[in-house]
Amino acid sequence: MAHEHAGHDNPDHTHEHPTWKQYRWVALILTVITALEVWAYYMPTLVASPFFVPLLLIMSAAKFIIVVAFYMHLKYDHRLFRALFTGPLAIAMVTLISLLFLLAKTGAEMRA
Amino acid sequence: MTHYTTTGLDHRKVAIWAFIGSECMLFGSLISTYLIYKGHSKVGPLPHEAWTDPATGQVYKAILNIPVTTASAFTLLMSSVAMVLAYEAVKHRNDANWKGRGTIWASSKLWLGATIVLGTTFLGFQSYEFTSFVHEGLTIKRNLFGSTFFTLTGFHGAHVTVGVLWLLSFLVVDYRRGLQPRDAGTLDLAALYWHFVDVVWIAIFTLVYLIR
Repeated sequence: MAHEHAGHDNPDHTHEHPTWKQYRWVALILTVITALEVWAYYMPTLVASPFFVPLLLIMSAAKFIIVVAFYMHLKYDHRLFRALFTGPLAIAMVTLISLLFLLAKTGAEMRA
Repeated sequence: MTHYTTTGLDHRKVAIWAFIGSECMLFGSLISTYLIYKGHSKVGPLPHEAWTDPATGQVYKAILNIPVTTASAFTLLMSSVAMVLAYEAVKHRNDANWKGRGTIWASSKLWLGATIVLGTTFLGFQSYEFTSFVHEGLTIKRNLFGSTFFTLTGFHGAHVTVGVLWLLSFLVVDYRRGLQPRDAGTLDLAALYWHFVDVVWIAIFTLVYLIR
């Protein structure tokens, strides 16, 4: 049952949010990673190498995690919020990867 | 006034996280569809390579414009920075010990306005991109790339539009009576939604635009 706690601080904020300094560092790191991603896109030797896609995926995942952890302050929030986000995210990723494997295999068989 | 559940958590915040979780699955399905059909288009224009129509001899150049999209991605990323600054300004409005007090950092109107302007700029970039694609022959029914691309990025653009309108309502309140620390919890809900829209674009930028 929902009820009101008038005058209470937010109990869901069990830890402090990131500091100003952290917000600025996060912005800088996100900018640098984005610049590196685009730089990688314009490097023909890197694009042709097998490291190109994994490298981009790692950089993208790093940006994703940084924004979720610091700007969405999930790193500092209650574990229920983490579960509400990471649970469906995991389902989405498993579905995506499963479908890619399944349909890539089916497509190759159909083309053969 | 904030409402709490028996878990001790603000029920609006539980709801927004549950909603964001469901949005993860929505965008997961849209991204899956894009990736599954990637490279299966029978006709151009294509995202990363030129295509010549065998019937007419017309050449369609690679359609994705990476410099423009990089600018729009950076714009949305910076809007997230402006959003956290707006939230901090509201949260610490009555905090005498806050370092940002009395400086430009304490102006929630400025940072909320900046977030809205950057979000709207992103939508402008997307409108330009969609218009130029249509002029170059790529429509939603032209090929599999067009169908999946416009559906995915169109849904994202619709989410950004909702976010801009939501933040605009906060800016109006801020001008009318001034947002107070007691409003920080409500603003946090909009901020979480806004950051989520940003992280979705982080994924789209890499998976659709950069990976060939």
